[in-house]
Amino acid sequence: MEHVAKLARLALSDDEIEQFTVQLGAVLEHFASVAALDTSDVPPTSHPIPLSNVLRPDEPRPGLDREIVLGMAPEAEDGRFRVPRILAEEQ
Amino acid sequence: MSAAAGAGGGPGLTGRTAAELAALVRSGDVSAVEVTDAHLARIETLDGQVRSFLCVGADSARAAAAAVDARRARGEELGPLAGVPVAVKDMFCTTDLPTTAGSRILEGWRPPYDSTVVARLRAAGAIVIGKTNLDEFAMGSSNENSGFVPCANPWDLTRVPGGSSGGSAAAVAAGFAPLAIGTDTGGSIRQPAALCGVVGLRPTYGRVSRYGIIAYASSLDQAGPFAATVADTALLLEAMWGHDPLDSTSIPSAPEPALTRLEDGVAGLRVGVVSELADVAGIQPEVRAAVDAARNLFEKAGAEVDVVSVPSVEYGLSAYYIIAPAEASSNLARYDGERYGLRAEAAEVEAMNALTREQGFGAEVKRRIMLGTYALSAGYYDAYYGQAQRVRTLIIRDFSRAYERFDVLLAPTSPTTAFELGSKTADPLAMYLSDVCTIPTNLTGACAISVPAGLDAAGLPIGVQVLAPALGEAVLLRAARALEAGFAFTARPTLGEEAA
Repeated sequence: MEHVAKLARLALSDDEIEQFTVQLGAVLEHFASVAALDTSDVPPTSHPIPLSNVLRPDEPRPGLDREIVLGMAPEAEDGRFRVPRILAEEQ
Repeated sequence: MSAAAGAGGGPGLTGRTAAELAALVRSGDVSAVEVTDAHLARIETLDGQVRSFLCVGADSARAAAAAVDARRARGEELGPLAGVPVAVKDMFCTTDLPTTAGSRILEGWRPPYDSTVVARLRAAGAIVIGKTNLDEFAMGSSNENSGFVPCANPWDLTRVPGGSSGGSAAAVAAGFAPLAIGTDTGGSIRQPAALCGVVGLRPTYGRVSRYGIIAYASSLDQAGPFAATVADTALLLEAMWGHDPLDSTSIPSAPEPALTRLEDGVAGLRVGVVSELADVAGIQPEVRAAVDAARNLFEKAGAEVDVVSVPSVEYGLSAYYIIAPAEASSNLARYDGERYGLRAEAAEVEAMNALTREQGFGAEVKRRIMLGTYALSAGYYDAYYGQAQRVRTLIIRDFSRAYERFDVLLAPTSPTTAFELGSKTADPLAMYLSDVCTIPTNLTGACAISVPAGLDAAGLPIGVQVLAPALGEAVLLRAARALEAGFAFTARPTLGEEAA
C-alpha cells in the first residue's frame, strides 16, 4: 500500500492505509472470478467506438491567454508557474 | 402575463416542460427573465433541504435571460431552448460559474473556457441556472461523496438521490429546472434518474463532446440529458450532441434526428429482456415487477418481446471497477497543486504534490486512485487492466449477438429504489453493486435510457432501462416514449415550504 501511495503521490495517513487495505482487498477479491476467465484468444478493448487517424488541418489558432492561466495558479512569477524547490537540500 | 403562464406569475412557470416554456418565450407570452426568476425563486425557497446546487448563478442567469428577451425584441431568431433554465452538473467547465467537480481540490476554480456542451446550450438559448451537486469527480452512486455536502432525494429527504449526477436528477425532480445535464461513466445519469423519478439518457460514446468536461475515466465518460419527459430529453440531447473537432473521440457522422420520430410507436420492434439483469442478485421485487410491467406495455403497443441471455454481464462490475479507477488514476494525476486549485504548503515539490492530494481529495477518490495505480503498476498491469479490457471485448461480443435478434433491450436501471443516506458509505463494494445494471452500456460504448415506471410501497420512484446499440438514440427514445405513454407516470415529490 505504501509503495502504491508513493506512486500515486498521495500522503495517506496510517488510518487510511489500514482502511484502504481492507476495502481494496474486497474489490480485488470480487475481481478474482474475472481474473480466472480464459481470455487468451480475446483482444483487449481500449476504446469502445474506435476511430483512427483523427486529424485536423495544421493551422495556428489562438491558445489560452497567459495572464488568465497564470491567474489561476497558486503561485506565479515572471510569466511562469512557481513551485517549491524540486531538489531536496541534501541533493 | 397571459393566462397560459398561470395565475400569480412565478409559481406557474415552474413544473412545466422545456418545450412548453420555450413556446411561451417564443410567443412572447412570458419573458425569459420571468421564467428564470420563477425557477430562481423556487431554488431559493426549497433547495436548502435538497442541496441539489453547489452554486446558483442568479446574476449570470438573469443576464442570459435578458439577452434572450432582447433578441426576441429585435425580432431575431431564437434557439430551440431559448429562455429554458438548465441545471449543469459541476463537471462541465463554465466561464461564468466556478467548476469544482465536487472536490475541495478545485474549490472556487473558474475555468478559462466553456465546455462544448455548455457552449452549445448557450447558443441554443438555454439559461445556465446553476451548477449541481455530485459525487467528487463523478465517483459514486449516492452523491454522498460530494466534497461539500451530500444532496438529498426530493421524494424522501432521508434518502440518497443516486449518483454521481444526483444534484442534476434531484433538481429536475424538485422542479428547480426543467432540464439538467450530467455525465455517465458507469450509470451516473441513469441511476439517479431512476432514483429521482425522472428521465435520464446516456448517449453513445463519442456522440456528445467531452471537451471541457472534467475527465474521470476517458474510455467510459459520456455526457447526457435529464428531463421530466422523454420529449424534453430528446430536445435537450439534440442541442448537445454532434461532432466536435475539439474532442478526438467525437463521432464525425451526423446523428439521426430523434425528436421528429418520437411518436412513431413500437409496432414490430423487437425487444429483448436481459435475463441476467432482470433477475440480478438483490433486486427489489417491485423493481422486478416494473420490468414485467414494461414488457407488457411493449407487447400491448405491438412490440415483439422475448427473453435474451447476455451471460458476460456478470463480469461487468468487476471489469468496470478495474478500468475506471485505472483511467481515473491517470486523469487525476493533473491535480498536483502546481497550476490551479488547492496547494498545500511544503518545502519541496514532491511533498507538496502528495500533501495537496491528501488534503484535497476525499476518501472515495483516493480509494480509486490507489486501486487504479495498483492495477496499472509493473507486474500487475496484464492481470488486472489487461484482463478487464479483454473481458470488455467479451461483453461487447455478447451484446452484438443480442442485437442480431433484438432492436432494443429491457432491464432494470437500479436493483433497488433510493436507499437511506449513510447506509452504504462504509462498504464500497455494496455501493458499487448499485451500478450493476448500468455498467454494461458504458463498457460497450452504447446508449441507454432510464424511464420512470411508478412508485414502490414506500412512495419511492422506480426506473426501467431501455438499451440500444451504438448510435441507436432515435430508436431508444422512441421505445422510451412508448413506455412513458404506457406508465403515464406524473407523480411529483412534495417539498415542504420551510427550508430544513
